Amino acid sequence: MSSPANSQNVGGFVNQLLHHHADDDGRLLQFLIEIQGRYGYLPDEALNLLSQRLRRPRAEIESVISFYSFLHRIPARYRIYFSDNITDRMLGSADLQQRLRDGLATSKGVEITSTSCTGLCDQGPALLANGHAIGQLAPPRIDEIIDLIQRQIALEDWPAHLFEVSDSIHRRDRQMQFEAMPGEALSQALHRGGDWLLKQLEASGLRGRGGAGFPTARKWRLCKDTQANDHVVVCNADEGEPGTFKDRVLLSTDAHSVIEGMTLCARVIGAKQGFIYLRAEYRFLLPQLQAVLSQRRQQGLLGESILGQVGFDFDIDIHLGAGAYICGEESALIESLEGKRGIPRVRPPFPVQHGYSGLPTVVNNVETFWSATRIAMQGAEWFRRAGSAQSAGTRLISISGDCSRPGVYEYPFGTRIDTILEDCGGLPALAVQIAGAAGNLVPAVEFARQLSFEDLPTGGSFMVFGPQRNLMDVLQNFAGFFRHESCGFCTPCRNGTRIVDDIMRRFQTGRACHTDLERLKSILRLMQKSSFCGLGCSAPTAFVDALQKLPAMFDDCLAATDNSPCFDVEANLSESNELLRAPGGDHA
Amino acid sequence: MPEFTIDGRRIGFTPGQSIMQAARDADIYIPHLCYHPDFAVHGSCRICLVKVDGRFLTACTLPAAEGQMVENLTPEVQSYRRQLLEMLFTEGNHVCPGCEKSGACSLQSVAVYCGMLSPSLEFSFPLRAVDASHPDILLDYNRCINCELCVRASRDVDGKSVFSMSGRGADSHLRVNSVDGSLGKSTISLQDRALEVCPVGAILRKHQGFNVAIGQRRFDLQSIDQQGETGDERD
Repeated sequence: MSSPANSQNVGGFVNQLLHHHADDDGRLLQFLIEIQGRYGYLPDEALNLLSQRLRRPRAEIESVISFYSFLHRIPARYRIYFSDNITDRMLGSADLQQRLRDGLATSKGVEITSTSCTGLCDQGPALLANGHAIGQLAPPRIDEIIDLIQRQIALEDWPAHLFEVSDSIHRRDRQMQFEAMPGEALSQALHRGGDWLLKQLEASGLRGRGGAGFPTARKWRLCKDTQANDHVVVCNADEGEPGTFKDRVLLSTDAHSVIEGMTLCARVIGAKQGFIYLRAEYRFLLPQLQAVLSQRRQQGLLGESILGQVGFDFDIDIHLGAGAYICGEESALIESLEGKRGIPRVRPPFPVQHGYSGLPTVVNNVETFWSATRIAMQGAEWFRRAGSAQSAGTRLISISGDCSRPGVYEYPFGTRIDTILEDCGGLPALAVQIAGAAGNLVPAVEFARQLSFEDLPTGGSFMVFGPQRNLMDVLQNFAGFFRHESCGFCTPCRNGTRIVDDIMRRFQTGRACHTDLERLKSILRLMQKSSFCGLGCSAPTAFVDALQKLPAMFDDCLAATDNSPCFDVEANLSESNELLRAPGGDHA
Repeated sequence: MPEFTIDGRRIGFTPGQSIMQAARDADIYIPHLCYHPDFAVHGSCRICLVKVDGRFLTACTLPAAEGQMVENLTPEVQSYRRQLLEMLFTEGNHVCPGCEKSGACSLQSVAVYCGMLSPSLEFSFPLRAVDASHPDILLDYNRCINCELCVRASRDVDGKSVFSMSGRGADSHLRVNSVDGSLGKSTISLQDRALEVCPVGAILRKHQGFNVAIGQRRFDLQSIDQQGETGDERD
């Protein structure tokens, strides 16, 4: 890794890679990820070869590269990305980043920067070193990394203990208590035959666990009923919502159930190909996931004639993401799977009608497939016994922030916020952010509210903010996140995320005036009403909650008078002052 | 023929048509910028936002359905459009008084039509380039609004893919597919549809600036709702 790229080995490597995948244009993003993994950046030579062999203009390939945060055109031996979720910040990531910068001030070939939440909030602060996750950062660990880099130790030779990721599960309810043996749910579904599984799923009331909550059975049926030569199953493992990591834990502890759920879906909709779209931050799970896939192929649970059933052919390929939150949106994810920029598609048509390569496609969250396996085993009634009318069953939530026991918890829908806070050691708390940066900010007075689609829907993130926190810091963090992650396709989100971030910065520096407050409100409303996809529509949620429920927090941050300048005059003049003072300047 | 209602008027539609297509057939103007009847629906500018049965959706992407109640020119919808237009004006560097597309610019005309005469948002004054490398065509990134009409026209009609989009978020921008990224080295030609379709002054023919007198320019003669057209649309 990161060896200096000389043209011969680049050519050889890329040619071999392309040959191995029969010049499949749809794998462009995967090729780029592999080339970068090999050389630490994307050399010119590689792009030229890709352009020639895939018959795509080089500029188009560069456009794809420019969309993904983790693809680079400039070499660096070490790329260190600090996870910049609010929970990492609360654990002191800024100081740790500074410590690393100071320690490596004179080292060459090192790039140190921040990235969006890396999904290790239960063991943060965290970073990615050349794409490999390192959690539990503290000064000694930072010093160890400084030492390794100063001694120019290649990343693959760094001690294994740095890369250990633990799976902390603190509460198991009916779904986690039940252990599914590989193949059991599939045999059950095959044995019952016909529409049995779909009917069970329908009766179970299972709704998508990614956040939007679309009824799973309806999605599968819509896809099944769309006539086509083939259908596709996609597992959305692009767990990018800040504060979420339960999919990481599921993939690490029970990948069999997730893949079995995908296979059940394939059986129902008649799919031959499946994909797991794994976020780049979870690359460390790749070897074990591939091992599970090959194990299942050997056991006759994947591949041709699954469980001896002639005509039941289904296999799964894993595609990696490359640092783009928007790819968690199902149509953007499909674009990315096809090797393109992750821009959401116009709907209708919906992916169930026209998805990957134009084929009817089911895209479900990791947990949804995992639950489908359990429902196939235990039945709809068993599942329904937990939860509420609109929100059947239990779900997993990832708890992080100011609490003594961060980790994954399984709760029936309808559980109160204060119950959860008590269990995780999160009381007293100022507020909780439900469902990630795009979700609801729930202040303490509302802790009697419940997790459910009827009240507070959640994609699985639950971030706790203790009494010592300033919620304006939280909002500022979210504003920066959305500005960085907006895909830029539609007018309101491309501009709105930028404007909201600018206004929040002004609030933080005490330079905001009443006009900013009014503008903030109207921009948020515009984004909610007019954005092209869920990202732009949901990005304002926490801000709107805060403005409604905690208006004093904003008022307290306003500048003393509406006539104070909204920018730092000195800072803005610094460049011209410097030029004037420079030798040769007019006033030198 | 199934019907829906737009601003109190019932109009018929052919199943499969979008609200935009049905409205055009009925000679009802819905302000828009990235929509063009000749090209694939895009849905990025959001100017054709309409309120349908209480929800805000874009007329270009929403299939018409029997009984829909569509609000097009209501104060609420128009106020959202003005905000979107403010965003488009302030994220780039639009120099209307000096721009040779003035008077024939869809962005300007839609803004006039919707009542967005002066943006209240701060200008972001981005640093953007002017590409004058081509002998006959000027590409001024300052005035680009990311509508991707040229991208679609060059790819789908001209068969050249001269343009594509690059970057992400506020950094999303048009780029030229040529060895050095310049228009001069690209395969664009004066006959290309991509050249005609630009609704603003980002892609301009050289050697003919300001050849139409003020008062005689396209939208001086007839406002955009009368023409109902974007860029080079012709009946």
